[in-house]
Amino acid sequence: MTTMTQVTEEVSYLEAISQALDEEMARDERVFLMGEDIGTYGGAFKITEGFLQKYGEWRVVDTPLAESGFVGAAIGAAMMGLRPVVEMQFADFISCAFDQITEVAAKNHYRWGAAVPMVIRAPFGGGVHGGPFHSECPEGWFFHSPGLKLVAPSTPYDAKGLLKASIRDPNPVIYFEHKFLYRRIKSVLPEEDFVVPLGKADVKRAGNDISVITYGAMVHLALEAAQALAKEGIDLEVVDLRTLIPFDKETIYSSVRKTSKAILLHEDNKTGGIGAEIAARLAEDCFDCLDGPILRIAPPDTPVPFSTPLEEFFLPKTSDIIIAARKLAAY
Amino acid sequence: MDVVVIAKEIKRDDLLQMHYYLRLTRALEDRITALYRQGRIVGGVYTSHGMEAIAVGYASALEHDDVIAPFHRDMGAFLVRGFTPGEVLAQYLGKRTGPTKGKDGNVHMGDLKRGVFGFVSHLADNLPVAAGAALAFKIRGESRVVFAGTGDGGTSRGDFHEAMNFAAVRKLPVVFFCNNNQYAYSTPLRLQMAIPNVVDRAKAYGMPGDIVDGNDVAAVYLAAKYAIARARAGEGPTFLEFKTMRMHGHSEHDPAKYVPRELLEEWKKNDPILKAEHLLKQLGYGEETYFKEVVERVKKEIETGLEFAEQSPLPDGPEVLQGVFADRADSH
Repeated sequence: MTTMTQVTEEVSYLEAISQALDEEMARDERVFLMGEDIGTYGGAFKITEGFLQKYGEWRVVDTPLAESGFVGAAIGAAMMGLRPVVEMQFADFISCAFDQITEVAAKNHYRWGAAVPMVIRAPFGGGVHGGPFHSECPEGWFFHSPGLKLVAPSTPYDAKGLLKASIRDPNPVIYFEHKFLYRRIKSVLPEEDFVVPLGKADVKRAGNDISVITYGAMVHLALEAAQALAKEGIDLEVVDLRTLIPFDKETIYSSVRKTSKAILLHEDNKTGGIGAEIAARLAEDCFDCLDGPILRIAPPDTPVPFSTPLEEFFLPKTSDIIIAARKLAAY
Repeated sequence: MDVVVIAKEIKRDDLLQMHYYLRLTRALEDRITALYRQGRIVGGVYTSHGMEAIAVGYASALEHDDVIAPFHRDMGAFLVRGFTPGEVLAQYLGKRTGPTKGKDGNVHMGDLKRGVFGFVSHLADNLPVAAGAALAFKIRGESRVVFAGTGDGGTSRGDFHEAMNFAAVRKLPVVFFCNNNQYAYSTPLRLQMAIPNVVDRAKAYGMPGDIVDGNDVAAVYLAAKYAIARARAGEGPTFLEFKTMRMHGHSEHDPAKYVPRELLEEWKKNDPILKAEHLLKQLGYGEETYFKEVVERVKKEIETGLEFAEQSPLPDGPEVLQGVFADRADSH
């Protein structure tokens, strides 16, 4: 089991998620898991490998193939005092549960005061040759639905700390975990219990010239671009949103007030994406401090394609950030 | 078997109480309809007129700790669970003292403390939720039961099927019911499903089911009692089809001209209140003077409730911003 990992060893993003689930289940008997193939099989990505043996079939509940049904069931269990964490096998399948999430989970507390403390884990994002049904970034749909909290970590530390905070939050939280990062990003984690509070962005790289505001796998792309641009004397600040709702206006605004220039970078489609909303907020609230246009880097408005050259064209690249930064630096 | 013989299984006081709730439901909804026609209630009004026995019957069969996810024509269930006419009228009038503090209207009320899930207009949405509540009871080893339902139209939705299937696979302590009132808004049963009885759907999930006269409060109560006992004993879910007829339009704005008048005339003879009173007389539990007393009693309760609701404040506009997120999991 992942809990046997030595503290000095590096932990992958995937293992960090697994550790958070395991530790929360051990800490709080109300926490239980539901999803497709999470028991015997350990989940499509093996996040819950060994959990069935450790916690039994009533805390690691394999469900029929029915996302709306098991999300609805999680809502009911949450209202009755449990703390369900449900797994979407792929974030793409969350569309099947859209109604339960936006109409029931998101509105119950507002309408009649019933808190719905639950987490939906949604493995999202491209770069893994998943094609149109296994690569989506569906966070934009839920960004527009009041009553939900949305989380998207970029590092093992944030992945673990944010998942723990999500499980302990009294609201429905959708936790977008990036599939591309699962086994690619590793770090040493603290031995003691820790949480990363929801609603706090993190400056992953401090810089003076341009703020790149991003989340998920794109954080790493921005950091790569920042390294390259440093050689040209362009100093990027990389702001990792970490929580998309509620988003951390203070950190975003203070970064842009310092650099006076902003790039919004995400892997979700450009139109109506999270970048559009933050750009609008910056225009409304920080107009007087801007020295250049607010730029967005995001995929075109198409489904996520399968074939390698198509997907490479679709996804933002380090070079896109470098080009945009050079353009902004000229202002 | 003779209905009188069967009804003897029910305690006299329970039957009399159900009769009282039938009368209270009828009078309250008639009052709400009148207020709507006077323009004093805005928004939709969906009544259970002529179908009161279903909600009163099943809610009366449950224990205090059990939970319900009512259909939108289950006013009687709210009343049995302790919602007062005053609270209900405050809800319909959009007052701050209503169970949703003006955030939602009409029968969209809920209260976890009283074990009532707030209705969601997307029919059948609360059925997976009900299965999940039952899952929580099963996980914790509690002997509580969930009673959840929708209409005939709602059984066409995927959530109905996903809930039935999951509950059957995991043998969850839940009873599903269908208020089969022949019409989903204007759509008759024959355009809703290609099976003669809604209960036929239960077979597909390996779930026992039964057809019950939804206008007979004693029959509803006993069928519910049996299914609830089964669920409580760990034997899994049951599906109950309560056959009835929607005597009003979908909502009070709808004259329902699509429903043949002779069908309504036929069902009028089967009115659940008349039926209950006939039964009470046969059993020797009540007669006309008592029935009249009940009518007077509920009338007074409703007028007192209306006074409370009318004197209650409306919410202030900025209250719209409150409650999007919970501060605590147990906040109500």
